[in-house]
Amino acid sequence: MSAISREDLVHLSRLAHIEMSGAELDKMTGELGVIVDAIASVSEVASSDIPATSHPIPLTNVLREDVVGQTLSIDEVLLNAPDSDSNRFKVPAILDGE
Amino acid sequence: MSNYTDELVDFDVALEKYDPVLGFEVHVELNTKTKMFSDAPNAFGDDPNTNVTPVDLGLPGVLPVVNKTAVEYSILIGLALNCQIAERCGFARKNYFYPDTPKNFQTSQYDDPIAFDGWLDVELEDGEIFRVEIERAHMEEDAGKLTHMGGASGRIQGADYSLVDYNRAGVPLVEIVTKTIEGAGKRAPELAKAYVAAVREIVKNLGVSDAKMERGNVRCDANVSLMLKGADKFGTRTETKNVNSLRAVEHAVHFEIERHAAVLDSGAKIVQETRHWHEDTRSTTSGRPKSDADDYRYFPEPDLVPIVTTAEWVEELRSRLPEPPADRRKRLKADWGYADKEFRDVVNAGVLDEIEATIAAGTSAAVARKWWMGEIARLAKAADKEIADLGVTPETIVELNSLIAEKKINDKIARLVLEYVVDGEGKPTEIVAKRSLAVVNDDDALGKAVDDAMAAMPDVVEKIKGGKMQAIGALMGPVMKATRGQADAGRVREIVIEKLGL
Repeated sequence: MSAISREDLVHLSRLAHIEMSGAELDKMTGELGVIVDAIASVSEVASSDIPATSHPIPLTNVLREDVVGQTLSIDEVLLNAPDSDSNRFKVPAILDGE
Repeated sequence: MSNYTDELVDFDVALEKYDPVLGFEVHVELNTKTKMFSDAPNAFGDDPNTNVTPVDLGLPGVLPVVNKTAVEYSILIGLALNCQIAERCGFARKNYFYPDTPKNFQTSQYDDPIAFDGWLDVELEDGEIFRVEIERAHMEEDAGKLTHMGGASGRIQGADYSLVDYNRAGVPLVEIVTKTIEGAGKRAPELAKAYVAAVREIVKNLGVSDAKMERGNVRCDANVSLMLKGADKFGTRTETKNVNSLRAVEHAVHFEIERHAAVLDSGAKIVQETRHWHEDTRSTTSGRPKSDADDYRYFPEPDLVPIVTTAEWVEELRSRLPEPPADRRKRLKADWGYADKEFRDVVNAGVLDEIEATIAAGTSAAVARKWWMGEIARLAKAADKEIADLGVTPETIVELNSLIAEKKINDKIARLVLEYVVDGEGKPTEIVAKRSLAVVNDDDALGKAVDDAMAAMPDVVEKIKGGKMQAIGALMGPVMKATRGQADAGRVREIVIEKLGL
């Protein structure tokens, strides 16, 4: 049984601001479940004496000196912007009808 | 959109029945040269989207790298707040979808903050010390700046669209979270203000933040709840955001206590929600309730490796800590010999540094205070500015004082020169030269003016000759007029006496 329920997916789609039809929800519930199950298999291998990690290589303190580098030009910054105004990204109204 | 007409219960009445419980989250913007995870400049007031790199935009394939100075500043803040420093900590992604972060997550720290379990002794106005326990101080990044267009007065409600500037996105932040604060009673609003002021003072003193609240360098979210006196369970809290001045922090806590009491008295329940502070009406309005949207699904940031702090590193940083502000105040008060109220006024005016530097440059404590709390404070008030932002430096005062000591100018002209300094005309010596303000004390010019005055007022001269020395004052008017107010009054008196052979 998958760890992902249809309700979980409804919740996630709302968090991600992605509108999904009923058919899409049914399909994705199964697909996401397969992915989660696959990843869950890691816990079968990991024993309690292996500490949890978020990084495959045991590096620490990858730090940078506080020195200013190259920034993007304003044209580069806005290159992928669907819309812009006064050198700023223009986004639709954030609250709709509230 | 809720209204402004929440019922309120008088503050004192509310406090007879309920105990307020507080908690604060203070965000401090660090003044590093670059951002937390990118080498874009960390600067205020630049043209929109000019301090942006691919990392700040969250473009695919970018790799953030942690700013070492920001980590050190965070440790310094932790140490100054008497915190433990984590031997090992990491970053996490706080996921949310909002245009102020182009990455769709804020890089923050979750269950392993760099600093934890500290305390801060906060001094209230009457000198009482209230200890605030610190839960944690963690590193994170600021978000971009949204400007809401088309609606009324820049509000998000009713806006047609919003414009985004990512210059601030990625600026290093330290969020300082208190433990639950009980026992403040009716001093809760005062404590709130004093606590934020103390944090601001500490980060300013450390030199790790510009600490200007009006620029958002220090921002406070204030949590307030009420519990019936004698109850053993906390009430439901609200979190008031956007409280960005010390006065506003005090007022917001005051208002929420009055509002909570009214809701509870009516038998209703407090909704756990975000409240927005409005400076114009000095009230809060309902923001959004805590809901599904607060499911941030934190997970470890896979692009950043853990930070390990060795004892050597932490101790080296500890050795850099400046004298704590409270200790320094005690020392300066004793050194300068100011009375309690005089010293408190100096502290509240925010000119400790200026007075200290003025005294260090050779001015007496009394004279330094006279200038900073007198004429300079008056000019600041007239210009509606903070004293420290007036452009007057300790050197200005030292220069004015030596001009007075050398009898080049008198007190009255010194005050005039100071006004010209504030207007940006340059240094006192330059202004005196440029505007020909030097006191006339050369005997030829003064002697001529005195002769003219005595010739015009023979009756006064007779009085002086008869021993009425105070009559000399009558000659001062015409002499000052002839020298455009720049005569050295003491010298004029001497010349009159010499001329009359007295």
